[in-house]
Amino acid sequence: MNEPILRVTELNKKFGEHHVLKGIDFSVEQGERVAIIGGSGSGKSTFLRCLNFMEMPSSGTVSLDGKEIGKPAGKNGERRYPESELCLVRERVGMVFQQFNLFPHMTVLENAMEGLLTVKGMKKEAARDLAVKELDKVGLADKHDAYPGRLSGGQQQRVAIARSLAMEPEILLFDEPTSSLDPELVGEVLVVIRKLAEEGRTMLLVTHELGFAYHFATKVIFLADGVFHEVGTPAEVLKNPKQERTRAFLNRFTEFAF
Amino acid sequence: MSYQWDFSGVWSRWDILAVGLLNTIKIAAVSIVLGIVVGLVLAFLKLSPKKYLSAPATAFIEFYRNTPPIIHFFWFYYALPVLANISLDPFVAAVLALSTQSGAFYAEVFRGGIVSIEKGQWEGGRSLGMRHSQLMRRIILPQAMTRMFAPFVERSFELTKTTALASTLAYADLLYQAMRVNSETFRPLEVYTTIALMYVVLLVTASTLSRIAEARLTAYR
Ligand SMILES: Nc1ncnc2c1ncn2[C@@H]1O[C@H](COP(=O)(O)OP(=O)(O)OP(=O)(O)O)[C@@H](O)[C@H]1O
Ligand SMILES: [Mg+2]
Repeated sequence: MNEPILRVTELNKKFGEHHVLKGIDFSVEQGERVAIIGGSGSGKSTFLRCLNFMEMPSSGTVSLDGKEIGKPAGKNGERRYPESELCLVRERVGMVFQQFNLFPHMTVLENAMEGLLTVKGMKKEAARDLAVKELDKVGLADKHDAYPGRLSGGQQQRVAIARSLAMEPEILLFDEPTSSLDPELVGEVLVVIRKLAEEGRTMLLVTHELGFAYHFATKVIFLADGVFHEVGTPAEVLKNPKQERTRAFLNRFTEFAF
Repeated sequence: MSYQWDFSGVWSRWDILAVGLLNTIKIAAVSIVLGIVVGLVLAFLKLSPKKYLSAPATAFIEFYRNTPPIIHFFWFYYALPVLANISLDPFVAAVLALSTQSGAFYAEVFRGGIVSIEKGQWEGGRSLGMRHSQLMRRIILPQAMTRMFAPFVERSFELTKTTALASTLAYADLLYQAMRVNSETFRPLEVYTTIALMYVVLLVTASTLSRIAEARLTAYR
């Protein structure tokens, strides 16, 4: 049997006394697209951020290609994560943020080249070629020399996607990539994400766009109370939820239609 | 009372004042450069989560911020030689005093600039696989620099004015040279008015240059 590309075992995350993720077990196969839904504050971002170690898990393990990240240290399942190892993980697991987090002092092209130059140590020309290719893909071929501050939110988010793609990550994490966009700009970003889906990329997406999740995902997770309350195909979770809790959550999206 | 202004004595000794001006510029420049180094070290120490690194830096900074500048000059010139059994050149003693003082102030400027950068910038860089040091160098410091610039220039002007205290150690800065001219001409009004204007010209020029530099630095906004 194939090793899943990503596996999470007994994942717990606490912020002080606040137990946000409670022993999550989960794995993602190559090419799977996972949509994560759930109420505000349910821990969707925290879960995603544990996967590329923007947050450090309190206990439990994250494995890439069957290899556990970090080393055991002390009791209670605590682990130690050397910076060098985390940097390698983050090269392989890209992330796109709700607030874009572009580098405002760099042009669009420089943003897309930055990881290649600094992290991968590539030569300028090679980095430029790759960055240009990814900017073409997100439809920003004409904005290379613009600074992020001059772009619309939708354009900025597409730059952020290109910046992440340029690193050629094996897994892409999206944390509500359209939530801070004006409604008329949501579409252009979703189009790009759908294109990535068609390429067969492995992706995890936290979203409130249930319609998009339905068409995008191969698997949907409803996260509540720090556990995966319901996991299944989009049709199972979004159309015929088994759990009362999931149904109640979905009912709150009154205008939700497939 | 009508005072008869007479600048002739000052004019004829312009070369003495020119030496003073150059020495003032020299000591200010050297102290600013060294002060930046001291300030960066202190800022990074103070930013460290490790108490044994941040506490001494905080103590150093607070000590300097809460003592009169002239004491540092006297300490490096008169006290340190006793302690270390060496004797310091007035220039060296003054540079030590100025650069440690300005370092303490620069440290707060640098630290303030660094902590003012949003968390998202750290996360953006980290998500690409950047190490802490790479993030600092490529993402955080370049942006922090634009925010530090105005307070940095402000502190550097303070420092430049404080160089006048080096005259108390008989360093031949502008003020010291002015005292020399005064003792030869007995024209304090002309002499001190002249050097006051020289300080003004020096700092206004520096201020103009810094504004040009700042405009370049913040062009992306
Ligand atoms: N750095 C932190 N320190 C302390 N508490 C935190 C931190 N980050 C998140 N939390 C808490 O953890 C819980 C889960 O937060 P999280 O951001 O993961 O929720 P979310 O499901 O992404 O919500 P939203 O839909 O609003 O983005 C919340 O109660 C939040 O207040
Ligand atoms: Mg969130």
